[in-house]
Amino acid sequence: MNFQLIGVNHNSAPLEVRERLAIPETHLPDAIRTLVQQPGVEEGMVLCTCNRVELLTSGNHGSDVRGFFPMYFGVSPDALNSHIYEFRQRDAVRHVFRVASSLDSMVVGEPQILGQVKEAYAIARGLGAVHSALDVLLSRAFAVAKRVRTETAIGSSSVSISSVAVNLAEKIFGSLKQKTVYLVGAGKMAELAARRLMANGVGKILFSNRTHERALQLSEAFGGDAVSFEKLYETADHADIVLTSTSATGYLFRREHGEQFLARRRNQPMFFIDISVPRNVDPEMGRLDGMFVYDIDDLQTVAAGNSAERQKEAARAEEIVEHEVERFTVRIKSLAVVPTILSLQEQFETIRQAEMDRIRGKLGQISPDQEAAIESLTRGIVNKLLHTPITTLKSSTSEAEAASVHEIIRRIFNLNSRKPNK
Amino acid sequence: MPLLWLRVALALYGVGLLYAVVSLWGGRPILTRIMLPAVGLGTIFHFVAIVEYAMLGPAFAPSFLHLGESLLAFLLMAFFFVVYLRYKTASPGVAVFPMVFLLTVFASAPSSLLSSPSPGVSNRWIIIHVGLILVGYSALFFSFFASLLYLVQERNLKSKVTRGGFWSKLPALATIDEIGYKCLVFGFPFMTLGLIAGSILAEARFGSRLFDDPKILLSILMWVVYMVLLYTRWSAGWRGRRAAYLAAFAFAAAVLAWSVNTGWHRFIVP
Repeated sequence: MNFQLIGVNHNSAPLEVRERLAIPETHLPDAIRTLVQQPGVEEGMVLCTCNRVELLTSGNHGSDVRGFFPMYFGVSPDALNSHIYEFRQRDAVRHVFRVASSLDSMVVGEPQILGQVKEAYAIARGLGAVHSALDVLLSRAFAVAKRVRTETAIGSSSVSISSVAVNLAEKIFGSLKQKTVYLVGAGKMAELAARRLMANGVGKILFSNRTHERALQLSEAFGGDAVSFEKLYETADHADIVLTSTSATGYLFRREHGEQFLARRRNQPMFFIDISVPRNVDPEMGRLDGMFVYDIDDLQTVAAGNSAERQKEAARAEEIVEHEVERFTVRIKSLAVVPTILSLQEQFETIRQAEMDRIRGKLGQISPDQEAAIESLTRGIVNKLLHTPITTLKSSTSEAEAASVHEIIRRIFNLNSRKPNK
Repeated sequence: MPLLWLRVALALYGVGLLYAVVSLWGGRPILTRIMLPAVGLGTIFHFVAIVEYAMLGPAFAPSFLHLGESLLAFLLMAFFFVVYLRYKTASPGVAVFPMVFLLTVFASAPSSLLSSPSPGVSNRWIIIHVGLILVGYSALFFSFFASLLYLVQERNLKSKVTRGGFWSKLPALATIDEIGYKCLVFGFPFMTLGLIAGSILAEARFGSRLFDDPKILLSILMWVVYMVLLYTRWSAGWRGRRAAYLAAFAFAAAVLAWSVNTGWHRFIVP
């Protein structure tokens, strides 16, 4: 088994390099076919996302695809060498596991990468370019990614302001369907957050602005209702989430407003997201039961806290990956010696059978008891003779040692000319 | 045999207890994975135990108190699973599992005091009275715990700091609120009917001595608080802190009513 992984990602190469190596989806089958035609390569797949281009192959010990990028794209190797990373065997396995588990992503824990790896795998598999060792490796990688996701909280928290806002809203209201959002003012950030909330399915959106024209424009663009600014206090309690981003210099919403809103809403909670500087919402209002007030600093603090949390979780995920790499290498190694053990046993069995036939001819009539005794005697000898070579094969620890033991045994017993019958 | 099943259930509930304790300290993935199957299996064994008790008849039944504890534990688990299936949250387990474990420990202890209810009282009525009240208790327990969770989650959201583990996995505030409210609404008719059944029963046998019993007084107090809780919710949408105080009060009254006189009414004990 010889895994090799060659590639560039957001850490190793700037965008200019990555875009030169990007393979459009329509060209992927062609690239994969070219890849598996390289000398010694038995299987191969190509992963191409906006942050990475990677080739993964499995082949015999001489296979090497380092020349693929320069050859396929017609670029000089020198221009690429400093950007390309290469992993083999265990390191390649680890890298595949880390990529699938989103540990190698720009935003660690982002969920898209697993889908992208699965898609790349499906394409290569459809072409017949992935069938045995890589199939085992990728299936394991998906299982590892799932394990990381369920056993760590790596993907559970948001790290951008607008997603933090959405996340908080969901922690207060559960589903955002049937909820009303009120956009007061028209800052860029507020618009972004509103977009995000809408993407998460809020029921209704209201706009209010000192310049009513602007509110009308926005309501047309987003498909909501514009409310005149004078009616702000009368209507604000219709909203569950209020997003403020006006340039007002004093507080627009104060504690007493909050009390009124809560009374009119029969104490149903309200969430104020205040992304204006200076602030539009008096933080005092947040002391009321059922009132949640977050200003821009609060959102940033939560986002930063989440990133830190993610880092901690990532460390735990790395441990899981390391453990899985260990398990996988042990498994793949035992898979590799199986054919040799089978041929060995088969060869000894053939010899034993031949000798049995010969002795039967010489002895003439023998009783079933005698026959059984000879059977068990010869079997015992064969098993004892085979015991040491088989245990040595199974127990060789380092890869180099395994390869040489493997080779010696095949040569001594002349197994290379034979194929085991499964 | 029923006692054996009950003890198997107890062992399985032990996994739940462990989960509850550990999850407050960050949690262990392995426990999270085996917790649901374990307590689910426990509930099934528990059910078998209860059915077998019922089939054995009164002669072999354990003390009435023990059966009550066993039933309450079972109802709490049933509530837990209903809430879990409806709201996809196992958070109530943190309070339910220790409670259930404790109740089952008592229920599965060898019963020395085989105090069958006084012979004059019809068993069927008692069972109806106790059953209804126990459903009411379970609902009240859930409602109380939901209001505590509501406070915790509200504080979490207001503190604006990221917390990991159990605290980050609490259901949304609105969901907790809904669980608490629905349990309250569901439990009220049971509690009311249970109390009515109980008082008719007692009135018929003991007349005015009825109100000498602290257990009955506490139960009535609890019922009044229960009603206030529902009323303030309906009229003013009280939730959060105020609702939690009321629920805590009702729950405390319920616990007292349960434990006064070692669980049995004064007028029946000879």
